[in-house]
Amino acid sequence: MTKRASDVSVSPPRSRSKYTLAPLVLIAANVVLFALFFVWPAVIGLVYSFTDYTGIGSFQFVGLDNYQKLLGDSTFYDAMTRTLLYTVLFVPLNFVLSLLIANVLVSKHAKGASVARIFFFIPWLLSPIIVGVLWRWLFGENFGLVNYLIEKVGGSAVPWQSNADLSLIVVVVAASWAWTGFSMLLFIAAIKNVPTSYYEAASLDGAGPWRQFISITLPSIAPTSFIVILLNTIHAMKEYAVFASLNSGGPGTSNNLLVQYIYQTGFKAGQIGYASAASFVLMLILMGVAVIQMMVNRRVENR
Amino acid sequence: MTTTDMPRKVDADSVRAVSKKRNGGSATGGLRRAIAPTTLLWVLAGLYGIPVLWFVLSSFKPAGDLFSLPLTVFPENPTVSGYKAAWASANFAQYFINTTLVCLIATILTVGVSCCTGYALAKYDNKWLKAFFLCILATTMLPAEVMLAPLFLVVRDLGFYNSLTGIILPALLTATGCFMFRQFFLTVPDELIEAARIDGAKELSIFLRIMVPLSRPIALTLAILSFQWRWNDYIWPLLMLNDPDKFTVQIGIQSLVGAQNINWSVLLGGSVISMIPLIVVFLVFQRYVMNADINAGLKD
Repeated sequence: MTKRASDVSVSPPRSRSKYTLAPLVLIAANVVLFALFFVWPAVIGLVYSFTDYTGIGSFQFVGLDNYQKLLGDSTFYDAMTRTLLYTVLFVPLNFVLSLLIANVLVSKHAKGASVARIFFFIPWLLSPIIVGVLWRWLFGENFGLVNYLIEKVGGSAVPWQSNADLSLIVVVVAASWAWTGFSMLLFIAAIKNVPTSYYEAASLDGAGPWRQFISITLPSIAPTSFIVILLNTIHAMKEYAVFASLNSGGPGTSNNLLVQYIYQTGFKAGQIGYASAASFVLMLILMGVAVIQMMVNRRVENR
Repeated sequence: MTTTDMPRKVDADSVRAVSKKRNGGSATGGLRRAIAPTTLLWVLAGLYGIPVLWFVLSSFKPAGDLFSLPLTVFPENPTVSGYKAAWASANFAQYFINTTLVCLIATILTVGVSCCTGYALAKYDNKWLKAFFLCILATTMLPAEVMLAPLFLVVRDLGFYNSLTGIILPALLTATGCFMFRQFFLTVPDELIEAARIDGAKELSIFLRIMVPLSRPIALTLAILSFQWRWNDYIWPLLMLNDPDKFTVQIGIQSLVGAQNINWSVLLGGSVISMIPLIVVFLVFQRYVMNADINAGLKD
């Protein structure tokens, strides 16, 4: 006992490397899960993307055929450009909305913030399927509240469902609405961490609220902004359920995104090999996005 | 909000603002300052609340009144027939039981494994742990949706196709959960562990007896998040489940939407029912999510 005690006091407090068994036991479950449901699928996905596997029976290696076919597949291109367009619209809209709301909520002058917070928060609780249903109900062409109000003030019914672009915009707004609560939470935490002395100094120097926001808040929360953009980009690239229930990827197939494309080729048409190739393209895009963002983030932080 | 109350409140607030935060000016200045942000706040809150409000109010209209013009905000003959029809139709009760089962089991297991991993990552130091930490980071970049087809084959080959296990197991490893616990345990002083070691406690019993009880708030936060994730899951259960007896609520609702002629009365009722459990859980445990520093977990 005494020997052990002296042992501890002699060794520097940071050295914890002598314990190896305990941490391994602790992470064992997650290591197994990681190997089974991450490494294994990633490896066989990569292998299958070079084959003509259909999910059952035998398969042959076809080299880069799947990838070549993808390059010439106009459906894939449509899904890809639609996904990118959706992401480019969703990420900034969500960013602006949640940053605005976070700032208003944190502001000392706004009354009733703790109650209002719940209004912004509830949409985040709803499942993407319900969000889709809800906005479908709101934006129905013949029965929706929005078209009813538009007609009431003298406009003509807007084809929210049968026009592909309008239909996409409805999804963008719906998804931004639903996802605000999450981004907002991150922003609120970040804004609260900005030292108040900065604002005091700035207002002594005569800076108005807008100036303070641009010169103090924005630079101070830059790391959080990057995380929000990164998470939202990943979130948008894999969106499927909102489309499924809001417009079923329609009208027609005009709003089929990548995940829906992968789902349909892989599981409806049984081309597992081909779908795996498409998955890997999506994965490369996501990794590219992550790498670019980390580089930009590092550059900004080093400045 | 009465008019006599208003100035006094604002007054007190602006005094506080002067003494504590940004310099506030006079009482009238405080009132004038409060008007713009408060209006903006409540206009935004209204915009965010209206879709849900309209949806919920519509669900109380009888099927015949749903589309009758002019549309009315409040149902003239409020009824719960839509709810009854939804609950009676298509095994909705069974879907509810399935989803609840998945949520509870997955949540307990997720919290358990995340707590263990987070503790190991925070309080031990060796190169394997660092490597595993990077591996967990990688999973945030590659969500299950990206690997749908191969993940499906893996779970099928493990024999979990068409079972609730097949939904639960792949969802247990979450980077967010591990980070939240890691971040929390980093704030727990090392001296606590050292003291326990000197007293002769074994590593795992230090974890179970001292650390797990300490981390209860984080565990609760993650439990709520995990419950929400699993409750709202759609595409993975859709792929995994073949047998209508095992469907989850989200699949049930989507099958109503996917029908040739949507029965809006049933759909509205079913949707509102499916929203209730989550909203209740959140309103009860609000502070654990609102005050949670989720940021801390994701930042590192």
